[in-house]
Amino acid sequence: MVATTKTVEQVQELADDKYKYGFVTDIESETAPKGLNEDTVRFISAKKNEPEWLLEWRLKAFRHWLTMSEPKWSKVTFPPIDYQASYYYSAPKGTDDGPKSLDEVDPELLKTYEKLGIPLKEQEFLSGVAVDAVFDSVSVATTFKVKLEEVGVIFCPISEALEKCPDLVKKYLGTVVPYTDNKHATLNSAVFTDGSFVYIPPGVRCPMELSTYFRINAKETGQFERTLIIADKDSYVSYLEGCTAPMRDENQLHAAVVELIALDDAEIKYSTVQNWYPGDENGKGGIYNFVTKRGACRGRNSKISWTQVETGSAITWKYPSCILQGDNSVGEFYSIAITNNCQQADTGTKMIHLGRNTTSKIISKGISAGRANQTYRGLVKMSPKAEGARNFTQCDSLLIGDQCGAHTVPYIESKNKTAIVEHEATTSTISEDQLFYLRQRGIPAEAAVALVVNGFCREVLQQLPMEFAVEAQKLVGISLEGSVG
Amino acid sequence: MKRKSWSVSLLKEASARTGSVEKKVNKKAIKMLEIKNLHVSVDGAEILKGIDLSIDPGEMHAIMGPNGSGKSTLSHVIAGRDGYEITGGRIIFQGEDLTGMEPEERAAKGIFLAFQYPVEIPGVANTTFLKEAVNAIHRFKGEDELDAMQFVKIMRAKTKELGISDDMLKRAVNVGFSGGEKKRNEILQMAVLNPTLAILDETDSGLDIDALKIVAEGVNKLRAPDRSMLIITHYQRLLDYIVPDKVHVLAHGRIQRTGGKELALELEENGYAEFDEAVA
Repeated sequence: MVATTKTVEQVQELADDKYKYGFVTDIESETAPKGLNEDTVRFISAKKNEPEWLLEWRLKAFRHWLTMSEPKWSKVTFPPIDYQASYYYSAPKGTDDGPKSLDEVDPELLKTYEKLGIPLKEQEFLSGVAVDAVFDSVSVATTFKVKLEEVGVIFCPISEALEKCPDLVKKYLGTVVPYTDNKHATLNSAVFTDGSFVYIPPGVRCPMELSTYFRINAKETGQFERTLIIADKDSYVSYLEGCTAPMRDENQLHAAVVELIALDDAEIKYSTVQNWYPGDENGKGGIYNFVTKRGACRGRNSKISWTQVETGSAITWKYPSCILQGDNSVGEFYSIAITNNCQQADTGTKMIHLGRNTTSKIISKGISAGRANQTYRGLVKMSPKAEGARNFTQCDSLLIGDQCGAHTVPYIESKNKTAIVEHEATTSTISEDQLFYLRQRGIPAEAAVALVVNGFCREVLQQLPMEFAVEAQKLVGISLEGSVG
Repeated sequence: MKRKSWSVSLLKEASARTGSVEKKVNKKAIKMLEIKNLHVSVDGAEILKGIDLSIDPGEMHAIMGPNGSGKSTLSHVIAGRDGYEITGGRIIFQGEDLTGMEPEERAAKGIFLAFQYPVEIPGVANTTFLKEAVNAIHRFKGEDELDAMQFVKIMRAKTKELGISDDMLKRAVNVGFSGGEKKRNEILQMAVLNPTLAILDETDSGLDIDALKIVAEGVNKLRAPDRSMLIITHYQRLLDYIVPDKVHVLAHGRIQRTGGKELALELEENGYAEFDEAVA
């Protein structure tokens, strides 16, 4: 029918993403020699003045990595990655000694973050949010450090944490995502460069949102950050990460690892707004976002909640998961994934119920437009000891146009008779009726699509910290529109 | 709202809800809506075969006709929905040719369509939707957008006027609404968007008599000297509560007859059989 075709064309026009973060900062960088071998690993470790044990751990990971093959079970396709064609370390010159006070940070860098909407001058930034800014392989600034130290919260680049509190890092690093976990995580273990470290002492409710802003700038450079968050007994923290990269024709690899540890009665809320460069409308360029994120609810009554808004990257391969060890512990996963043009996403979560009366909730909203393909892939596992465990899963897909795909692959393994697992799934489209209705009320087509999609994602958007919910809402619109609006 | 001074005094009479057909019309006045020899096809099949219709400011017209006569097509074409091909004729709204204008542009110029089947928009609160609509229209006209406080004030006034509970504003657009609630929501939207030409497409369908009365009351409250209405209906019963100035019978893609309100009663008695024969 004529009308159908026209609507689809129209929406596709709107669906052409304009990526406003695609600029490059012209800054002198210091890089490791191109390629990957043991010397690269040693170079990085030496750059960071790391203790011997960590270098050994990195080398073990690297040697193990050589024996591994890439995970093949996901529904994404890409040519083989030439690991020797990338740089594994790139740092803006003069950042050797780690982040200094904000007054000393290169003004070019400050400008970059300002352009990204993340001003690093404390008085200008959203009150109540502390930021760690990671530029290529190093952290360039961390704000509100002093205020956080007053309550005993440690929030700093992981390289700094190795000097400040090496015992904590040693105790927890690699305990949730072992260096043998999967090829991407193992690579990260070998060559991780920076990332954030957070420690919340017992009984402390972190007084502000913590946030890390990742920026890939250098050419042919991979970003391998590692984040470690420990919430000690009866503590609370909310953490948000954002990320962008310049527009480039090549594919760049981002293989991050995030480990969360929640002890008794502790709660970690981890939110991601991922907006790496997605490539152009023909699928040229873009970031390969191969990320391993996992949280361990080690303590009783602990809680880990993942919220992600995934709008960028050429390929997203990501399953933020919860290991629910402590009795009564709670895992949550709220996800919005938007794929447009030729983007591919295979994302979901794993909820591993080990303790008694553990509960988990999965709300996944997938939006596919253009020729994009996306898959929700999830595992809910009830172990024999998970007496009274419960899971509720809801996966909704929204299709825009007739050339995109949405797939739902839920794995459910229940080895306990008392465990209850529920799964609901829907697939829908933005109908012509909806578009006409909204346009008849004066709302232009682009805004109408954004409104419907935002409505579709509402349950997840509500989970974001307030300071970021509005931004995320806009981003949802922008990823599908032709303009910023 | 374009308020023309002459229309206020002249058309007070028309808005007196008497259903009076006798009315002096200023010949020089710009018509609210003028449809001239309109031919419309859908997928190659001609649905409207030469419609002529003229509505003056402040007038209420009713279009009646059997199923499949082209009533809904006419309302959709005026509102600018995709999928209809205008093969001949013109639609002129306040002196301006609508052909080729986007639906949102027509809405911004003051055309409102109350839907026969109001559409559900899950997850979008009624207020959010209406604020977006009002501000989109403001932007189109180059006017300042309303802030949250100004908007809430308008909404409060309109819900109070129409006797609609605030609860309806918080709910997602039409989701889980009863048939009556959906139609009342249309009337609320009309009140908030303040159109110059409102088209009510089978607003009475699926309503019980109580809901019908409430909706009709809402429509009557919104009658104004500078606002015209076009009521599209299959049954006469709505016209017991909303009294039109003119009634047109649409059958087989043409206006077959035009008369006063009494024509509706005649149709109620005799049905549309007469017009079947007229064509056969």
